[in-house]
Formats: sequence, C-alpha cells, structure tokens
Amino acid sequence: MTLLEGLTPVAPTGLFTVAWLMIAIPLLSAGLLLVLGKMTNSFGHYVATLAPIASFAIAAVLFADLLGRPEAQRTVDASLYTWVKTGSWTIDVGFLIDPLSILFALLITGVGSLIHVYSIGYMAHDPGRRRFFAYLNLFIAAMLTLVLADNYAVLFVGWEGVGLASYLLISFWQHKPTAATAGKKAFVVNRVGDLGLTMAIFTMLAMFGSSSFTAVNEGAQHLTPTWATLLGLLLLLGACGKSAQVPLQSWLLDAMEGPTPVSALIHAATMVTAGVYLVVRSHAVYAETPAASLAVAIVGTVTLLAGAWIGTSKDDIKKVLAGSTMSQIGYMMLAAGIGPVAYPFAIFHLLTHGFFKANMFLGAGSVMHGMHDDVNMRHYGALAKPMKITYYTFLMGYLAIIGTPFFSGFYSKDSIIEAAWEKQPVLGALALIAAGITAFYMTRLMIMTFWSRERWQEGVHPHESPAVMWVPLVLLAIPSVVAGMVMNSWIGGWLAPAVGGEVPEHASWVPTITPVGLVTLAVVIAGVAVSYLVFGRKAIPAEVPYTRNILTIAGRHDLYGDAFNEAVFMAPGQALTKAVVAIDEGVVDGAVRGSGTLTVGLGAGLRTLQNGYVRSYGLTMIVGVIIVGLALVIGRLV
Amino acid sequence: MTTLLEIAAPTIEYRLLGPVLIVFVGACLGVLIEALVPRQWRDEGQMIVTVMSLVASIVVLWRTWGPGWRTVGAMGAVSIDGPTQIIWLLILVFSLLATLLFAERKLGGGVTSFTPMAAAVPNSTLERDAAAARVEHTEVFPLLLFAVSGMLLFPAANDLLLMFVALEIFSLPLYLLSGLARYRRLLSHEAALKYFLLGSLSSAIFLFGAALLYGYSGSFSFAVIDAAIAAPSQSDALVVTGMVLVLVGLLFKLGAVPFHSWTPDVYQGAPTPVTAFMAVCTKLAAIGALVRIAFVAFGGLRWEWQPVVAGIAILTMLVGSVLAIVAKDIKRLLAYSSIAHAGFILTAVVGASTPESGLPVGQIGSIAGIAFYMTAYGFATLGAFGIVTMVRGAAGERNDLVAWQGLGKKHPWIASAMTLFMLSFAGIPPTAGFIGKWAVFSAAWRGGYWWLVLVAVLMSLVAAYFYLRVVVAMFFSEPDPEVGDVHVAVPGIGTTIVVATGAVMSVVLGIVPGWVLDLATSASQLLR
Repeated sequence: MTLLEGLTPVAPTGLFTVAWLMIAIPLLSAGLLLVLGKMTNSFGHYVATLAPIASFAIAAVLFADLLGRPEAQRTVDASLYTWVKTGSWTIDVGFLIDPLSILFALLITGVGSLIHVYSIGYMAHDPGRRRFFAYLNLFIAAMLTLVLADNYAVLFVGWEGVGLASYLLISFWQHKPTAATAGKKAFVVNRVGDLGLTMAIFTMLAMFGSSSFTAVNEGAQHLTPTWATLLGLLLLLGACGKSAQVPLQSWLLDAMEGPTPVSALIHAATMVTAGVYLVVRSHAVYAETPAASLAVAIVGTVTLLAGAWIGTSKDDIKKVLAGSTMSQIGYMMLAAGIGPVAYPFAIFHLLTHGFFKANMFLGAGSVMHGMHDDVNMRHYGALAKPMKITYYTFLMGYLAIIGTPFFSGFYSKDSIIEAAWEKQPVLGALALIAAGITAFYMTRLMIMTFWSRERWQEGVHPHESPAVMWVPLVLLAIPSVVAGMVMNSWIGGWLAPAVGGEVPEHASWVPTITPVGLVTLAVVIAGVAVSYLVFGRKAIPAEVPYTRNILTIAGRHDLYGDAFNEAVFMAPGQALTKAVVAIDEGVVDGAVRGSGTLTVGLGAGLRTLQNGYVRSYGLTMIVGVIIVGLALVIGRLV
Repeated sequence: MTTLLEIAAPTIEYRLLGPVLIVFVGACLGVLIEALVPRQWRDEGQMIVTVMSLVASIVVLWRTWGPGWRTVGAMGAVSIDGPTQIIWLLILVFSLLATLLFAERKLGGGVTSFTPMAAAVPNSTLERDAAAARVEHTEVFPLLLFAVSGMLLFPAANDLLLMFVALEIFSLPLYLLSGLARYRRLLSHEAALKYFLLGSLSSAIFLFGAALLYGYSGSFSFAVIDAAIAAPSQSDALVVTGMVLVLVGLLFKLGAVPFHSWTPDVYQGAPTPVTAFMAVCTKLAAIGALVRIAFVAFGGLRWEWQPVVAGIAILTMLVGSVLAIVAKDIKRLLAYSSIAHAGFILTAVVGASTPESGLPVGQIGSIAGIAFYMTAYGFATLGAFGIVTMVRGAAGERNDLVAWQGLGKKHPWIASAMTLFMLSFAGIPPTAGFIGKWAVFSAAWRGGYWWLVLVAVLMSLVAAYFYLRVVVAMFFSEPDPEVGDVHVAVPGIGTTIVVATGAVMSVVLGIVPGWVLDLATSASQLLR
C-alpha cells in the first residue's frame, strides 16, 4: 500500500495537456459524418478511418513519453474544467493518463483503427456505410472517455456512451427484427448494470465527497468493511452488465446480430472488457473487502464455465466466438477477483484477448463474406483451401486462445490459472477445466469451418476477401502470436504501481515450468484430442442432430439465460405493469383506454363523450386524500 | 382612541414586484387590444404586447436580482426571496418560448392551433363559416399572460390566502385555454371540463385545509403557522389535517399520484402549445409553492410529512413510468412522463436538504436541485412538444405513436432532436437531464433518504425503457402502411427557435451545467 500513497498524479505538460484530442478527433469526425449527411457518402469512411489512427498516434507518443519517465511520474492528471461543484462535492472533467489507461487507449485506437480499415471492405456495399462509420467513431470517442476519465462520473459518461453506440450498432441492420430486439435487450440489460454503477458513484460522493480515482483510492483505506463490501458489490453489478457476466450475460449472444466488425471491436476486444477495467481501477476498494473480491472471482469463474459451455453447443460461428468471449472475460474477472497479485494478469489477458479475439471475429467476418453471410458452421467445411490467408490468421488466433506454448494466450491465461490455484484451489481447478473446454470447442470450430469436408450450400463459392480486409487480419495475427512473449516480462512491473499490485520477482519470455502449467497443458491437449475424436473422424451432419444430452440442450438454449431474465426481471415487471394498468383502469372506469381510442380520429371522437368519468377521477382524488391522511395517522401511532 | 382608527398605508415594493405587475399590465393591455384594435392588427398587436411584457419582466427581474434585494414584501404577504426569483426567471423564460409556440401559423397553413370560434358547436356551420372567414381567438395571448401572472404570484405567496388567489388566477385561464383546440374539439372540450371540475375540487380541498390551518394558528401567514407548530397550544390534529389537505391541493397541480388522473386527458385534449406551457410552467409554479409551504410553514412537521411524500414520490414515479410504457399516443406518453418527472422532483422535496436542516451555505440542496431539474425538464419538454406540433396528417397533428414510425429515415434531423429530448428525459449523460437527476437525487441522499434514491434510480431505468420506445419507433420501425397521411410540416421561425433552443440547452446544460447550478445555488435561501 505504500506504493499507492506515493502515487500523486503530476501536472500535465506538453502533449499531455491536449490528451483530450484523442477523444475529440473521433467525436468530431462522427459529428461531421452525421451532420453533413449524404455529402460525405463518397469519402466519409476514409475520414472516419483516419480519426482513430490520429488518436492512436497521440496515444503512442504519450506512451513513449511515459516509458521514458521514472515510475513516480507516470501518472498524469489533465483536468479540463469543473463540471459540477456543490460545496463539498466536486466533479471535474479531467483525464488520467497512467500506465493502465494508456494501454487501454492503445488497444482501443490500435485495434479500432484496424477494424475501421477492415470495415471499408466489409461494408463496401452497405447503403448505410456512412452512418456505420459515424457510429464506430462515436464508439471510439466514448470508449476513450471511459478509460481516460480521471473520476467515476466522467467514466459514467463514457460508460453510457459506449452503451448507446453499442445499441446503435447492434440494431444497425434495423430491417432485421432480431437486430432491433437484440439492440433493445442490450440496452435494457445494461441499464440494470448501470444501476449498480450509479449507486456506487452516489455512495462514493457521499463517503469521499468526490468521485475522482485519487480521492476514492485514498478514502477507501478508511472505509468500514461493510461499506467497502457494499461499494464493491455495486461496482461488480455495473461490471457484470457491461462485461456480460452471469447473471447479466444474456445480451451478448444476441448482440451478434450487429455487423461483424462491431462484434470484433465492441463485443470482443474493447467495450465488454470495461467491467474488468472498472474492477481493476477500483482496486483500492476491493483491497478493503475480501468478500466483494471473492464475489468478483466467483462471478468470473461461473461465467468462464458458462461461456465455454455455450461455446461447445452452438453452430453459429459468431455465437461460438461470443460464448468464448464471455468465457475469456470470465478469466479476466477471476484474475481481478484474486487481488493485487493478479491485476496485471487480468489486464495482460485483456490485451492478448483483444488481439486474438478481434483477429478471429474479423476472420469469421471474412468467412461469412465468402459464404454469402451464412453463419451456420454446418454449411462450412474445408475452407482452409479457398481462404488461405483467413485460415492461417485464424489459426494463429486459435492457437493463442487455447494456450499453445509461446503464443500470446498461453502466457496470460496460464498466469491467471496459476494465480487462481494459489489463491483458491477450487477456483483454480474450475479455471483449469474451462481451459480444456476452450480447447474442445475451439477445435470443434476449426474442424467444422476450415477442416473436414465441404458442406457448402448451392451456389456458394468461397473466395478470399480483398486486401483491405485481410491486411488487418495479418496485422492482428502478429500480436496474437507474439504479444505474450513481448509483454510477459514487462507488463507486471509496468502496471504494478497503477493497480496497487506488487512487482513480480521474475518473469521473462521463457515460461517457468510449474506443475500447474504442465497440468494445464495436458488438459488442453486432452480437450483438442477429445474434440478431434468426436467431430474430426466422421462427417458433420448438415442439420442439427437430435440429442438427448442435457448439457448440449442447455448450451443450445444459452443456458436458459432468457428464461432466467424472463422469470426474474420481465415477469415481475409485466405483472407490475398489468397491475398498475388494471388499477388505473379499474378505478377510472377504463377512461384511459376510452380516450386512447378517441384519438383515432374526429369521427370516433364524436361518438363517445366521456360524461361520467370525471366522477371516478374525483373519487380517486378523495380516496387519495383519505389514504394520505391515514398514512399520517398510522405513522404517528407506530 | 383616534390611533385605533388610523389605517397605516400598506407599503408595496413596486420595483421588486415589477415582474408580476408588468405581466399583469400586459395582460390587461391585451384585453384592451381585443376591445379597441381592428381585427386584422390584433394578432400582431397581441404578439408585441405579450413578448414585450415578458421581456420587460425578465429585465426588471434581472435588475433586482441578488441577495441584497431579496425581502419579504407587501406587508408580509409576498416573499421575494431566492427561490421565488429563480422560479420567476424560469417561468418567464419558458413562457416566452411557449408564446412562440402559441403564435405558430406556418404549420397549420396560416392558422394557429386554436379554434376559430370556441363558442360554436363542433362541426357546425357556424364553426365552418368562422374558419372560412379566418376568424381567430387572439384572446389566447392575454389569457396566457393572466396565467403567467398568477403563476408568478403563486410560489411567492407567503400566506395561504394569497396563495389560493394566485392558484385561481392561473388556473382559470388554463381551463379556458385547454378547450380551444382547433382539431379534435370534443376531446378538447372534454379536457377543459375535466380540468375545471377536478381543479375546482382540488381548490376546494386546498381551501378547506387553509381554513383548518387558520383555525389552528389564527393566521394565514406561513411564519405564524410555523411558530404555532413550534409552540403548540392545542392538539395538532387540526394542523396535521390542514397540512394534508393543503399539500393535496398543491400535489394536484404538480400531477402527483394519486392526484394525477386529469393529467393524461388534459394534456392530450388541450392544444399542444397549451399542453407544453402547462407541462412546464404550471409544474414550476406548483413545485415552487410546494417547496415554500413544506419548508417554511410545515418545516417543523418535517418528520411527519417526509415519509408520506416519499411514498407519494415512489407511487408517482412508478405509475407515471409504467403507464407511459403502454401509452399509444405521444401526448399521453409525454403526460405520463411528466407525472414520472413530478415523482423525481418530489424526491428532492423529501430530502429537505435546506440550510435549516443543516445544509452548508453554497451547496446544492433541494431547492437548487429542483431548479436545475426544472430547467433541464423545461427545455426538453418545450422542444418535444414543439416537435409534436410538427408531425401532421390531414386533420392536424398525428399524435398516435404508430404515425411516428419510420420518421428517422425521412426526417433525420427532427428525429434526432426528439431522440435528444428523450435521452435528456431519461437522464442519460451527457444530457442536461442527467445532471438534473443527479442534483435531485443527491438532495434526497443528503437528507438521509438513500433508499428513496435507490428506488428512484430503479424507476429511472423503467422510464428509460419507454423513452426508448419513441426512439425505436422513429428509427428502427418501418412505417405502418395503414397509417395514412403523415408528414413533418416545415415550421415557422417560432417553433424552430423553441426546438433548437431546447436541443442546444439539453446538450449545453449537460456538458457545462456549472453556471446554472451556481445561479440556482445562489438563489436557494428561503425567507420567511
């Protein structure tokens, strides 16, 4: 904790004073595209692609600057102006550039830029291309606001902004009713998470008089355990909504209705990891509450198993990847729940996952591009040959996610499993099993898509995508392979001061051989082998086979996430709505419905004059007066 | 003996009361114009008088702005303190914008939203002749000004009698205005009658409460009632009953549940500019009066009314939000939305975060929070109703939500502005509504009502859902083929100003709210 207290942010100098440009540029570009409208149809997407690249350049320069600084000066707080000031509660609009946020900024703008480039090809023939790019820019701006904010209130602005952008992009193909429903679902489920974050911010303001990270970090040390736990759980609720963690996971699978680059950028690489960021950012709170930390770890573990489970039984390639995303974010959450030792691992896995998952999603987009937008893997097969580049880049992602030694996922995931093992063997064992399941379902995906025999539908002629699409794939495949090796020795020490962690003693690109590591490897190999035995040796049926396997059936139904939502959130909500409407109508004699129909037109209006209903309204008032009076009387008696 | 018969001349702070007096004089001038000016010039004349008097009133208010001016005037009958002045400012600014909606003619093809002849039977020959002759009721402008003058007096009233008089001054013109819609006149008549009958009932309830309070304390003055509560000389049954009745009278005007039933019908039936005016300015006047009476007269009974008002707030948020979900008419939806907003505002009243209850000077308490909330709400509401007047079919506005489907494709600008208003209503950052919610919730939180904040945040989630419905209808639904003629008419300059101002302020107040919050905080000290 001594490290933490020494970290007073320094004042911004040079380029740091204009760090807000990183956000302003994509925001301006989005505004331009939306305001100028059709005028920008021909060149808008190029402008929109340049915006995140410019932001990336700024982030890279800032990163280089931070690298050259001594540890104590790597936290820069660039405050812009006072947003709300109410005596003892002050909220500034300001940005914090520190080792944690700059990594995020690089990931968002870096992967974001590649996905913009890719989208030029992917959305080439879409009539709404300009709008699409405007929304993408809007998302980049909001996401950067989220990670660069120096306090929770501004973070919340970004938080809502990414939610809005995500909503717009999921329902982008609004002609599909499923897309509109999916967008709505994402919005509503996310609002449940927002409830947690909002209440957390109020609690912070009430406790510390400020929502700035510095003040919260400082004040958290004086919190009573009860308040710290409450705060931790509220933040966790927020994180669950945004990061699709159980029990708020159901929206992510439906979110795959959006265009594939959106799935890659928002629903795999960046936005869904915001919950992990939130937990890691609030490390000082969790340091005071083992209970809430444990809750985070448990939520993470449950989700990583649930996601993997769903991944095993889906035939829609994007939904398999979505289940896998849930599962991998579960790993990050687990790491975040373990505590200071594992915070760097959470972020480490977040970065490597950002690379290989974006890579695979874009790869899936490339496959769909060649297969007439079919997402059913039962109609794929033997695509390795006609789509060589897509295949090899996807293969890199596959090897990374299952944890092949020396690939990026290997370093980050193994670190988490080991840390979990040390902290709590039960969680460690579950994480280990999930690693085997990951190998199983990813191998299944590879077999069904790229290997095995071709099961293409009539008239489908798979072909490689244009260069504007495969170049980003290659550029993402490279870090999928090497990011682990490059960062393993460095990231722990880099992040430690920002996340209140401890500087690891030894880490290099040479993996340390540990018993847990060996067991993990064995489990992964077993997963691959089982998958090969089950799916690789006989032909894949083109129709969904009938099964009595309860596990498969549950997986196909998203583990009944919708049924759960319906029972827990929707049914009471609808019952409440019905009750309120019934009471309202009952008391006022259906006048509500009556005048509702009156608006249909003048003709209908002539027919019904609602003479008697005022009586009922009046009666409501009188009854109300009596109830209020009675409430007061009862209040005094009690 | 002679001294007893001497009557001291009352002292009136004319300058301080200037804003009210100017508006009242303007209204009287308007009546004279109706009587003396030839028909073809009346419209321009009324417009000039209305706008001039509102602007002059704002100028006079601004010249007397500040703690140095604030005092209890007119022999203790009127309290011109910070809360009064900030609510005056808001009422005047929003009335000015509403006036622009009143005067809109371009949308209706050269005619206003008001009926050509209110006295004619709907669909009669008389009415058709009047319409053909382009007869107009330019009286709406003086009616508006009379209503505004009552609204200004209402939150300033420092005794029950004046408060009642002010209540009637602004209510009567509103009853009339509600019945003047050009289209769907039966609905409009019905709205007016309902509003009148229920309004009279609420006035009666208020008056009864006032009588009981007089019986208890021997005075109508808030300060005396407060003193009587502080030093009770008899059983407090009288004062508690009186308090309930008076509060109910005010909650009716605010549109709180269970005294809300009139709201959807009246909002739907009244001409849209009148609805916009009522939704903002009546609420402002009512909340101003409620705050004064609750904090000044019943401050000592705070522990009694806080839980009850908390219950009403929850009920109001719940019923408003839930009924809005099933509303099929945009004006009804906005009416339910306004009910829900009344609930959110009440959370700040419940918090009672005032200097008297230990709030340090210069901090945002209940009153500043309410003022900011109403500012954000006012701009978004006027803007939203402005857009409602623009979506039209063959027979006037199309208020059914079905007709709004697919609007985003044909009119992205209008749909975007409406979306902005919906986001502000829902309290999504960085819109003004977010800061507004934040301000009232923090007042409730400071008052110790953290559980009420929890419920309110939960309710704002439900509310977000129905605002989303409007957005979904506009952007993500295909136009219904059976819906008939729907088009967005090009508005005149007035409506354009209202919508644009609303949109700009909804964003600006979300990003740089400091200046309004400071203004509101500097004017949140109640005088008794």
